[in-house]
Amino acid sequence: MLLIDCPWCGPRDDAEFHYGGEAHILRPRDAAALSDEEFAEYLFMQQNPKGPHLERWSHAHGCRRWFNMLRNTATNEILEIYPMGEKPRSEAGKAAYEANWRRGSAAEANALSGESS
Amino acid sequence: MATSGDLGGKGMRGLRGGKQRYSILSLARNAFSHHENWERAWRSPEPKSEYDVVIVGAGGHGLATAYYLASQHGVRNIAVIDKGWLGGGNTGRNTTIIRSNYLWDESAAIYEHSMKLWEGLSQELNFNTMFSQRGVLTLAHSEHEMREMTRRVEAIRLNGIDSEVMNPEQIKRLVPIIDTDPNLRYPVMGGFIQRRGGTARHDAVAWGYARAADELGVDIIQNCAVTGFLIENGVVKGVETEKGTIKAGKVACVVAGHAGVVAEMAGFRLPITSRPLQALVSEPIKPILDVVIMSNAVHMYISQSDKGEMVLGAGADSYNAYTQRGSLNVPEGMLAAAVELFPVLSRMSMLRSWGGIVDTCPDASPVISKTPVQNLYFNCGWGTGGFKATPGSGHVFADLVARDEPNKIAAPFALDRFTGGYLIDEHGAAGVAH
Ligand SMILES: Cc1cc2nc3c(=O)[nH]c(=O)nc-3n(C[C@H](O)[C@H](O)[C@H](O)COP(=O)(O)OP(=O)(O)OC[C@H]3O[C@@H](n4cnc5c(N)ncnc54)[C@H](O)[C@@H]3O)c2cc1C
Ligand SMILES: [Zn+2]
Repeated sequence: MLLIDCPWCGPRDDAEFHYGGEAHILRPRDAAALSDEEFAEYLFMQQNPKGPHLERWSHAHGCRRWFNMLRNTATNEILEIYPMGEKPRSEAGKAAYEANWRRGSAAEANALSGESS
Repeated sequence: MATSGDLGGKGMRGLRGGKQRYSILSLARNAFSHHENWERAWRSPEPKSEYDVVIVGAGGHGLATAYYLASQHGVRNIAVIDKGWLGGGNTGRNTTIIRSNYLWDESAAIYEHSMKLWEGLSQELNFNTMFSQRGVLTLAHSEHEMREMTRRVEAIRLNGIDSEVMNPEQIKRLVPIIDTDPNLRYPVMGGFIQRRGGTARHDAVAWGYARAADELGVDIIQNCAVTGFLIENGVVKGVETEKGTIKAGKVACVVAGHAGVVAEMAGFRLPITSRPLQALVSEPIKPILDVVIMSNAVHMYISQSDKGEMVLGAGADSYNAYTQRGSLNVPEGMLAAAVELFPVLSRMSMLRSWGGIVDTCPDASPVISKTPVQNLYFNCGWGTGGFKATPGSGHVFADLVARDEPNKIAAPFALDRFTGGYLIDEHGAAGVAH
């Protein structure tokens, strides 16, 4: 059982929340340019670490807003909660973000191509 | 549907080596010495420096793989290595439902292959697995579900597997304690039954395979985690363990919830998510239920163990975790559904609850496959429903490891289905959780 600190509503039981899976997956802009392997990697492969995991949650039975969270899957300890569209700020969060193989993937490069920011 | 050919024809049929056979006579004989002189069921050897095949994971699937490699393929220099005790993973934590009523041909082939092996397993292993074909009844709670179910029954029967649709009156006759009042929130609109389905004793399955594999010379090494792989030029050469390096001609990994962690040690990825799945048992009571009942719509399944406990399970928790326990709201919701369907349960005490870490694939089907590393094989992704597959999975995986080539039953479950797009979507039949 998790006690999740919703940025808007405060600490609530995890029964109120909806788990949205791995965070920071960017959708390729031009999927047809990816090979089958690259697209399968984007679509089916998931981070499944025994340790810090960056993930999305929504407070489905509360304010209905989404946020990102860093949780240790081996202990269920919640290490950081941060807004959608932003990157983690804690050291553990930054390390998990950088260690993620998606950072070097063709799908992510494709998603970022032509993006101004 | 691919068939399994001569099943177990070359099997062991009891024990060939020096082990004492279990029988009514051996039971009587040992009673005279107050059961203090039973021979050990398996040895606890120190690992050798090298094996032909190292199997990582001494759950039911890993032990079955070792047994069939030894008994069917004549490989004798085998080690099975586990970080804990044998059968202490999902094999010893599951609710033991066995059935082969899946939708697609590929699934029908492997689960029915397994069912046929179950039917002779206690004799084959000379170990009572307490396999009980008491029937598995799946309920439908809406007209739509009833239509889907009828379609599934037709598909199952086309594969030569038994299944029958039942109406609420027939269900009430079979299961007197069920409430078939049409005014329930989720009324029983009907269901279907596989009469050859049922349950088995989970520990006995692990112990039976362990004892029979040990008899054929397989070393079972417990409390020895695998921490890495020796890989040279893309070919696996052995494993690093807590007890040192062990060289191996081939390495076969069957580590369920830890598949992702172990694959990462070998440098590749799997389309697998590890999540908690919970179950619970009640205090033991007199027999009130002699079939297994599942409901996908209300996420509940129930059976009564031979000891009299009601065994109940729910759907998997939503979030990734390796904690072997989940959130309370999952069993709470399941119990609410169970009490509505079986009001007789409302005053029962639940004695124990626990969780296992299940390895779920995007298409709710397993992975039985070669990997990007040569001579390294993975069998995983059974998720919430692999206990029923234990004999069949071990049987076809042993074949893959021995021949380096999947047979007809195993081939569709290779990892390349995620690039090729030939998914085997069993979310309907994998249903609740098994
Ligand atoms: C609560 C629950 C209920 C279930 N109910 C059903 C059901 O009713 N019917 C059904 O068919 N299925 C059911 N299942 C699913 C079923 O239990 C599994 O699919 C099946 O038992 C998997 O068997 P296995 O041998 O592959 O895995 P396991 O029995 O989990 O064995 C894997 C082994 O690998 C070992 N291991 C992991 N990492 C390492 C390492 N690094 N080094 C060495 N060893 C390692 C573990 O210690 C473990 O013993 C249920 C599961 C759960 C959790
Ligand atoms: Zn909120």
